[in-house]
Amino acid sequence: MLIICLLFAVFGLILGYSALRFKVEGNPIVEEINAVLPQTQCGQCGFPGCRPYATAIAAGEADINQCPPGGQDGVIALADLLGVEAKPLNEAFGQPKPKSVAIIIEKDCIGCVKCIQACPVDAILGSAKHAHTVISAECTGCELCLEPCPVDCIIMQPIAQSLDNWRMPEPEQGHG
Amino acid sequence: MANLWRFNGGLHLNEHKELSTHTPLRAAEIPAELVYPLQLRPGIQATPLVKVGERVLRGQCLADSGHGFATPIHASTSGIIKSIENRLVPHPSGLAGECLVLQSDGKDDALAVETCGDFRSLTPESVRHLIRNAGIVGLGGAAFPTAVKLAPKMPQQIDTLIINGAECEPYITCDDSLIRSTPAQIIVGAQILMHALGIWRCLIAVEDTMPQALAALQLAQTEIGDLRIEIIAVPTVYPTGGERQLIKVLTGKETPSGGIPADVGIVCQNAGTAAAVFEAIVNGKALTERIITVTGLGIKSPQNLRVRIGTPIKDLVQQCGGYSAQAQRLIMGGPMMGFALAHDDIAVVKASNCILVTSASEIQSDAPVLPCIRCGECANVCPVQLLPQQLYWHSRSDQVENCKTFNLFDCIECGCCNMVCPSHIPLVQYFRFAKGKLMAKVQDATKTEKAKYRHDVRSLRKQKEDLEKAERAKKKKATLEKMQAKTSLKEGDI
Repeated sequence: MLIICLLFAVFGLILGYSALRFKVEGNPIVEEINAVLPQTQCGQCGFPGCRPYATAIAAGEADINQCPPGGQDGVIALADLLGVEAKPLNEAFGQPKPKSVAIIIEKDCIGCVKCIQACPVDAILGSAKHAHTVISAECTGCELCLEPCPVDCIIMQPIAQSLDNWRMPEPEQGHG
Repeated sequence: MANLWRFNGGLHLNEHKELSTHTPLRAAEIPAELVYPLQLRPGIQATPLVKVGERVLRGQCLADSGHGFATPIHASTSGIIKSIENRLVPHPSGLAGECLVLQSDGKDDALAVETCGDFRSLTPESVRHLIRNAGIVGLGGAAFPTAVKLAPKMPQQIDTLIINGAECEPYITCDDSLIRSTPAQIIVGAQILMHALGIWRCLIAVEDTMPQALAALQLAQTEIGDLRIEIIAVPTVYPTGGERQLIKVLTGKETPSGGIPADVGIVCQNAGTAAAVFEAIVNGKALTERIITVTGLGIKSPQNLRVRIGTPIKDLVQQCGGYSAQAQRLIMGGPMMGFALAHDDIAVVKASNCILVTSASEIQSDAPVLPCIRCGECANVCPVQLLPQQLYWHSRSDQVENCKTFNLFDCIECGCCNMVCPSHIPLVQYFRFAKGKLMAKVQDATKTEKAKYRHDVRSLRKQKEDLEKAERAKKKKATLEKMQAKTSLKEGDI
């Protein structure tokens, strides 16, 4: 009896100690969900970025089909990760578009730096009263810079097919 | 005769090689205009080292990139750089890419070269350096930089060099004609490659349907008398000329899935590459020409030509008598692994080994694609022992991820499965599609990762800025309060 009580006490101490020692910061599932999201930070899901959306999904406050840039593939990946049934993308949040990058029409730019502040990935270069430009390689196509521009000099240009990004198209499926 | 092994599957194909082997090898004329695509490998762009309007000499370096997996481009003749512009390039996409255009002046003046004397006095590093700077890539078709292959990660593991003269694809005879015309160069090239690798064994493989090439090599071998080199005739089964298949046939070793021949102690080079290495090290010449087979029933007089790299295809066709009335389809490469071109105003590159113009009778029947009946013929002929029908189901049902578990990336796209499929399913096209999709996914993932990193860094910076702002505001408030207190005190004094 005494031995058992002692054992309980010892195990209790070990558990108590490890709870403190190996404490997990934050919710690990949020990180995993965030890793599946496309990181455009576009906010089309209704949350101010990918991580807030991931947090909301983890908390059960948002559905998995609210991310247009992720597309149907993204919904399937989330469903796989969370072990839930996949569903069609909710088009109320927007439709998937071809991948684009923002281009600043430099002759119209007045150098107000508003787009620089809006860009979530620091992909716009420039300083006050000087024309700005987009680093195309870093642009995620989130369109967040379009809204703040007072002279509407930013356009979205679909990424053209080149030798670098060309992929073999799927053969026509003429049979069952 | 050495003991030979067999690889799984493979096919005995109609060779059609006699079309282009009748006429002797001759040098093609220098074209008026030569075109050099600046994209060296996917994602690697060369930077031009010459200006538009500049006169260049044969062998002069035109463009290079700092990338380790890329080699420089050299002028194939003397002339003026006409422009740097977008031109159609030999690529299955049919897209245009940035190209350097050289207007030939017909003089063909060459850059003065320094020869290094005996290659045995060079260190392996300097041999590799010379090979890289001569722009030498594998001339078998994949165009992988030769110098990279000569610097394996575990050099002490390498014991054998294989010179691949087993030209297994139908119609192509460029290696055959090269071996017949300059066998000694290939043997000396092999000696140089062995020297660079520090090894003592070399196997030169030709197919048993190339008796003249075999005899020429044996004659040259007796004259040179290098006992380290063995010349072997291998049975003609498609695709014996595949690197892994040839290694299996010659040594019985299996290159591991996802690995390279160096993992089993072997370095494999094409016969044309060995000859190019000879030219670079012994004669100091950069790679500016190669042998190309222009053949098919769509060509009036099919033959092998020694072609300046950058020559437009239409010039080559013209020198072979032009298109015959039967000409239907223009293919770069062989009938099994080549790709169709929509236009003949495209220049040949280092990797081009064959220009094939087929007639309607040579094209595989355009029979309608029928459902897979799971006969398993494709698995029987697959030289890599994959399960093509499983790969096919996963490729076409948007489950490309599953293809990885069936070793999609080991597929060499030889086309044997296409050939035997009774339902005429274009299996290889599905595999290329699935490979592309998987590679795009990997690329997207890296881009996402980068975006996430940049966003996180930005958020941290914003937080810090906000904190600093708050700090400053607090300080300001404090000083303001202090000043106010002082003034009120003074007021009190009064």
